[in-house]
Amino acid sequence: MQFGIFTVGDVTTDPTNNTTPTENERIKAILTIAQKAEEVGLDVFALGEHHNEPFVPSSPTTMLGYVAAKTEKLLLSTATTLITTNDPVKIAEDYAMLQHVADGRVDLMMGRGNTGPVYPWFGKDIRQGIPLAIENYALLRRLWDEDVVDWEGQFRTPLQGFTATPRPLDGVAPFVWHGSIRSPEIAEQAAYYGDGFFANHIFWPKEHFQRLINYYRQRFEHYGHGKADQAFVGLGGQVFMAKNSQDAVNQFRPYFDNAPVYGHGPSLEDFTEQTPLTVGSPQQVIDRTLTFRETFGDYQRQLFLMDHAGLPLKTVLEQLDMLGELVVPTLRKELDALRPAHVPDGPTHQSEIERMAARSAAKAVQDADAQSAVAAEAARTAGSTTTSTTAAAHSGAAFGL
Amino acid sequence: MTDTSRKQLVAVSAGLSQPSSTRLLTDRLSDATVSDLTGRGVEVDLRTIDLRDLAQDITNNLVTGFASTKLQDAIDAVANADGLIAVTPIFTASYSGLFKSFFDVIDNTALTGLPTLIAATGGTPRHSLALDHAVRPLFSYLRAPVMPTSVFAAAEDWGNGSTEDGIAALPDRIHRAAGELAGAMEHSTRSARVIDPYALEGFSPVGGYGAQ
Repeated sequence: MQFGIFTVGDVTTDPTNNTTPTENERIKAILTIAQKAEEVGLDVFALGEHHNEPFVPSSPTTMLGYVAAKTEKLLLSTATTLITTNDPVKIAEDYAMLQHVADGRVDLMMGRGNTGPVYPWFGKDIRQGIPLAIENYALLRRLWDEDVVDWEGQFRTPLQGFTATPRPLDGVAPFVWHGSIRSPEIAEQAAYYGDGFFANHIFWPKEHFQRLINYYRQRFEHYGHGKADQAFVGLGGQVFMAKNSQDAVNQFRPYFDNAPVYGHGPSLEDFTEQTPLTVGSPQQVIDRTLTFRETFGDYQRQLFLMDHAGLPLKTVLEQLDMLGELVVPTLRKELDALRPAHVPDGPTHQSEIERMAARSAAKAVQDADAQSAVAAEAARTAGSTTTSTTAAAHSGAAFGL
Repeated sequence: MTDTSRKQLVAVSAGLSQPSSTRLLTDRLSDATVSDLTGRGVEVDLRTIDLRDLAQDITNNLVTGFASTKLQDAIDAVANADGLIAVTPIFTASYSGLFKSFFDVIDNTALTGLPTLIAATGGTPRHSLALDHAVRPLFSYLRAPVMPTSVFAAAEDWGNGSTEDGIAALPDRIHRAAGELAGAMEHSTRSARVIDPYALEGFSPVGGYGAQ
């Protein structure tokens, strides 16, 4: 089980003292927070990509490249990479490069973005959001998985004899999560490729995400990547802690009330009840987070949103200390103990090397079966009936690719 | 969910005061529709939703993008109905903000094909055309067939029951509108439908172009 944090990188005024960090201060704070994540024993740092104020992280691989140099074990990810408006060629190259720089400590989460005007700013049409996500990702996969690509699609200029450079580290692309709040099409896409599905989870009640994740799990099995409970599920969460829960509530309330997105809307109490937000003692955070497993099944990655709504850097670092010392060790122990042996751990570069090797082996068996079926058919039409059942011998492992 | 042989009628009232003349009109229209359906031998369940009770949930939905359990329950009731009675007070020459906000947070395909009776209340009859220039287009956009008769009740309508001057009185208009809605509901199968939001017809996870 992997634990980490994800940030949208908002520049928000601290409502308790009316100060606003500069872009430079916020960018530096994000880099400090990422390093702190490793220091307190977290596994993953995931960075958003935005092209509009009040968010600063427009260039994730620049920031993640810096974090890669400053850390040793931390897995670097995104939340999310805009698969709709970015050129898939550029995504393929940027993240393969980051893989080499970070010695494989890289994966990505694909998303469609949350801001309408970003589409036209990048020459795209928001009404084509899903088709863009589908086609761009299909191309991205090929650019990583095949050395030379001939390609033609609806949204991008064609490619003939193109090789994305550098090639993925060890010939294995970064693991990919697909994030979606409401589109079953994206859950279907994640299942088709045997990729991970990440439920943001922060907005909307859990029942909504429960349906989406169950659907993804069923389709993952349908496409032959394993059992439903072996699918790769990631969840978001949002916490604020203090030793005494009432202190946590009092301290967090002004930030909650003025937060971007949900500020000036529901009360802290309503939002806590309706979403995974937990404001209280570390033990309350542990208890609440353990319920996620009951709702969604054994899952592979838990990311927390910790650094938004104008919370000062000092507070965020204190929160990360608590998360790393008082919360995650218990969660890790409990969730790892509960997870059955056949359910995969959180994906890493090493586990992807093994998974891709198993996938090619299965495909080789399948190809051999197809060939023996051709041979059997030839033999049958030649008058012999002896080998007509060999093709059924290895009919499993339809890996969908 | 519900007994599929029974028709589901949902009435939405955007009245704000208590007691409310908008709610009063809603109840008169509901009663008339139920009794018309009963007269046709059709069994019907009526649910009346006062948007006033959901005002905060609706505002929160506008801000956060998701509905509370209570609001979702109301939205589901409307989306799965066989007939809708939608009644708003006329504020500043149009439907009330609360009325509009409720329909704003419902998915814009959820009301497709829903037989709808629109009605409104106002201080004077001079606001009556708001039904046709504001409320009717709203439901047309949502592809909900709106009954030809819409009912406007000005304050004075509650006191004038006579038809001596040849003008149909409020109860007459209520009965005509209710009859139209009952007729449309009688054949509706909307409440018996099972909608699978995960039925991805024609969707390919690799795209439709020759990209794969």
